[in-house]
Amino acid sequence: MKFTLSWLKDHLDTDASLDEILAKLTLIGLEVEEVINPAEALANFTIARIEKAEPHPDADKLQVCTVNNGKETLQVVCGAPNARAGLIGVFAPVGTYVPGIDFTLTKAKIRGVESLGMMCSESELELSEDHEGIIDLDETAKDSVGTSYVDYAGLDDPVIDIYITPNRPDCLGVRGVARDLAAAGLGTLKPATNGYAEKGSFKSPTGISLEFAKESSYICPAFWGRYIKGVKNTPSPAWLQKRLRAIGLRPINALVDITNYISFDRGRPLHVYDADKLNGTVSARLGKKGESFLALDDKEYDDLEGACVIADEKNVLGLGGILGGQPSGSTEETVNVLIESAYFDPISIAMTGRKLGINSDARYRFERGIDPQSVELGVNLATEMILELCGGEPSELIKAGEPPKGTKDISFDPARVTKLTGVELKDKEVTKTLDDLGFKAGKTKGKDGTLTITSPSWRPDIDGPADLVEEVIRIIGLDKVTPTPLPRPFGIARPVLTEKQKRVRLAKRALAARGAVEAITWSFIKDQEAKLFGGGSAELKLANPISADMSDMRPSLLPGLITAAGRNIAHGQNDPVLMEVGEVYHSDEDDGQQVSATIIRTGTGGHQGSSRHWSGNAEKVTVFDAKADAIALMEALGQEAGRLQFSTEVPAWYHPGRAAAIKLGPKITLGVFGEIHPSVLKALDVKGPIVAAEINLDALPVSKRKSTSKGAMEISELQPLTRDFAFIVESSTPAGDVIRAAASADKKLITNITLFDVFEGESLGAGKKSLAIEATLQPKAKTMTDEEIDAIADKIIAAVKKATGGEIRS
Amino acid sequence: MSELETLEQQLLTAIKEAADLKALEEVRIEALGKKGKISALMQGLGKMPPEERKSFGQSVNSVKQSVSTALEERKAALELAALNLRLETEREDITLPVREAPVNQGRIHPISQVWEEITEIFADLGFAMAEGPHIETDDNNFTKLNIPDEHPARQEHDTFYFNPKEDGSRRVLRTHTSPVQIRTMETTKPPIRIIAPGRVFRSDSDQTHTPMFHQIEGLVIDEATHMGHLKWVLEEFCKAFFEVDDVTMRFRASHFPFTEPSAEVDIGYSKVGDEVRFGGDENWMEILGCGMVHPNVLKNVGLDPEIYQGFAFGMGIDRLATLKYGMPDLRPFFAGDINWLRHYGFSVLNVPTIAGGL
Repeated sequence: MKFTLSWLKDHLDTDASLDEILAKLTLIGLEVEEVINPAEALANFTIARIEKAEPHPDADKLQVCTVNNGKETLQVVCGAPNARAGLIGVFAPVGTYVPGIDFTLTKAKIRGVESLGMMCSESELELSEDHEGIIDLDETAKDSVGTSYVDYAGLDDPVIDIYITPNRPDCLGVRGVARDLAAAGLGTLKPATNGYAEKGSFKSPTGISLEFAKESSYICPAFWGRYIKGVKNTPSPAWLQKRLRAIGLRPINALVDITNYISFDRGRPLHVYDADKLNGTVSARLGKKGESFLALDDKEYDDLEGACVIADEKNVLGLGGILGGQPSGSTEETVNVLIESAYFDPISIAMTGRKLGINSDARYRFERGIDPQSVELGVNLATEMILELCGGEPSELIKAGEPPKGTKDISFDPARVTKLTGVELKDKEVTKTLDDLGFKAGKTKGKDGTLTITSPSWRPDIDGPADLVEEVIRIIGLDKVTPTPLPRPFGIARPVLTEKQKRVRLAKRALAARGAVEAITWSFIKDQEAKLFGGGSAELKLANPISADMSDMRPSLLPGLITAAGRNIAHGQNDPVLMEVGEVYHSDEDDGQQVSATIIRTGTGGHQGSSRHWSGNAEKVTVFDAKADAIALMEALGQEAGRLQFSTEVPAWYHPGRAAAIKLGPKITLGVFGEIHPSVLKALDVKGPIVAAEINLDALPVSKRKSTSKGAMEISELQPLTRDFAFIVESSTPAGDVIRAAASADKKLITNITLFDVFEGESLGAGKKSLAIEATLQPKAKTMTDEEIDAIADKIIAAVKKATGGEIRS
Repeated sequence: MSELETLEQQLLTAIKEAADLKALEEVRIEALGKKGKISALMQGLGKMPPEERKSFGQSVNSVKQSVSTALEERKAALELAALNLRLETEREDITLPVREAPVNQGRIHPISQVWEEITEIFADLGFAMAEGPHIETDDNNFTKLNIPDEHPARQEHDTFYFNPKEDGSRRVLRTHTSPVQIRTMETTKPPIRIIAPGRVFRSDSDQTHTPMFHQIEGLVIDEATHMGHLKWVLEEFCKAFFEVDDVTMRFRASHFPFTEPSAEVDIGYSKVGDEVRFGGDENWMEILGCGMVHPNVLKNVGLDPEIYQGFAFGMGIDRLATLKYGMPDLRPFFAGDINWLRHYGFSVLNVPTIAGGL
């Protein structure tokens, strides 16, 4: 919402400075977004007279002028067709920045003739689009030669742009802003005209009506107007054009400018029809299928079914409260007019505006809710201005329907202000503030201690006591609210994180401790990427993605991390190790949104560092790097590595032979690690190898332990001893099976099995391998005898043979 | 000089002159070996008459002592010399670089770090942490928060929608973390004190807006908490978070559908070169929105606004991070660029705590 300082002062009698006004506006909820004083940019421009104008010796279209700037005469080359001796215009000396051409003037030779400045057009000063010729002031300006053009033209008028929150349609007119400032103690609200106050001299030849079924009559409850005959539609006067231009509107003609002016001055949108282009009675009704009209924005709208249209007996004239039509609009030839002032239901306006994609000043105001009691006022304001600027003879007021009251009675206990804000105020201070804003406070309290407060018709946002508290506190000032310590829980603060929140924190730091850099990647990814990782289902596609690259909710963190790694590699950052802990989406239900902790290693980015090093070059990453990450993460999250099981059934985006799923029993999958499938990397255009580990933090079992005790430590005074075994097994036998079988031979005595050698060779025969393990035995009560040790060794050999068919290698 | 004394002198000289451990060992064998000279004398004692045996025995023993001691001292000296000689050849070029420890290479993203910092502060004030799903119902994201279908505020939210379901309902990507307030109030009896940090989405993208960002909301519901408490909590938060004691804040009236009265809060700052210094009232920067929970929101979750009241506030985590740590632009937050993450990220060991500082 834009207005100028002088416009505000039409409504507000105040001594406050511009800065005070701006500060107050912001504090009471009318946030100042920008203030521009055009005078600042035009300070150097002065009024000057062309004394002589002679043809340029070398150019047909240029003239060499002698310009009197009040102090001296200067030679100025000018290309304007209207430049002539005696013209009084606006002069910019050398060194002036001319905003309309974005250029700072220098002493120049134009076609060989020196020019010491510039005579300017309105467009060069950004006062209008007029660049037909230079500014040509009337004779009265001759006394002002040498003085500032800003002063002469009254341009020293700052333009204030404020942000109006959706609840304040009343401040979409300058008067509403003035009322708020007056209530906040920045002056007094001046009385305003109510417009044409007489009856009118004849009956309108054009009738108006409301044609709604009962159930849709709320859409337009009132449509009033007036016929004015014999108007002369000219360009509007300079003061009006200047105001409209200042706030960014283009003056068109007096009739259009008047409706725009009232819309911004009083927040009251209106429409004026050329009455001679109307066919019979004008009515508001619902649009029908097949109807269309050509709108003022030069577009044809044909989807009008269900929208509130204004129509005569032949044509749709426009969309009520949104946009008028071209054929029935006023032009410079217009002689007779019909003024429309109506009230439209905000929700209906919003729906129609959204459906048809029309954003207009009228829609903006109606959908937020204009003052329903301004229907008659609107007609009279327009009548008064039309008579003043265009002449003519007004008819009687014509009415269809009655506008809603728009006011509400609210039972309000003034003590509520203190209860909600902590600010102690007397009842009188509360009611005075409300009165200043146009509320009517009852004088006596009811039995329950409440006053009846009647809200003004221009405040559709006011609904209940909390709204009144807001009105009081924003006008009294939020700076009056005293910071008050929030009572703290007695004693030392208790832990507040949930199990899952703790896991998220731990997972991030556990992975970063393994050298990974935490990335946060987009929750939405390309459809193709989602599909590569098991996603892409219809319910997880956005209906309105911001771009095609961000269309699907991610099923995994891998596509985001892998493509980020690809970008890093492309920028010369080799072997990135990235991790992310974040939400992945398997369905649109609450439990389909889970948190994954994922790490990827690329190239030679192993745990001990990447690329070449004098102490030994890093090898390409393998599935075992990913396995180490997975197990480290699991351990950090309190899961015993020994209890985890591994399954070779892995999702399709992993290498089928170099990956495993981490299981806890047959049903629960905690995560997956392994090498990413080469064809997936190819599809993502990222160089491999890449290995990854993904853990689903939602799937991890919750520790049931309540006690903080770590339990007794088992100590043995006795020396542990080790024995080595080598088994020959089938090449396909998992080493894990051998280890598990050996460990299970005596769960009490065997405390550790270390696999220290894997060997395949011709000496063993085809399809065989040798696995060498070291078993650690921890005697508990007494030193073991050789016989006892041999017995355990036999048990290990037997257990491995039973589980895997492996033979001890002799 | 007796024979014994001569022997002693000879041996001690030989020990002294032994050039290496091998030569010294030869001397030892010559003196104390099974067939050594001193050993021979010791063995000879048995054949001596008892009266001589005693005094000669003492003399031999004393010689054995002094030779043994000399042998040990010489051995230690030769070992040290040998060690020194060896060490002399074991010089490493200690300027050769070692590999960087993984724990030093890793980084925590600024958003994660700031998230933890904020949680620490509010945990100290007794706020629990609540979370909710990103894909929300229209009801939780809008309607229950007093934003009915046709409310102009809906357009200002730039909502991402999913396709409508068969029953006509459609899910949205939550545009704020406020649905967590609804979920909490629907399942928890007051008094309530929570913060709800999390990821939110709006269809908006430029230098200061990303279509995905992170917010943190606070909610207090009981029977007496008022705007004065809200102001105090936010002031205390800003002091703790920005680590500035004389933080200046400005509360401006504003409008949000889910609070009434509502306010936006600015923080005062000045610029010294490129550096932002908090405090003073030279410039103001908006950092959060807040207000008293709207009676309609309380009604929507089954709480009686005549009895219960409280405040809510919301601020951008990403924005707080840029302010505190001086990132010029929001867009690189989600680009996964290693250089940016190494520069603006945090060490794994830098865990924010109230005791150790944020």
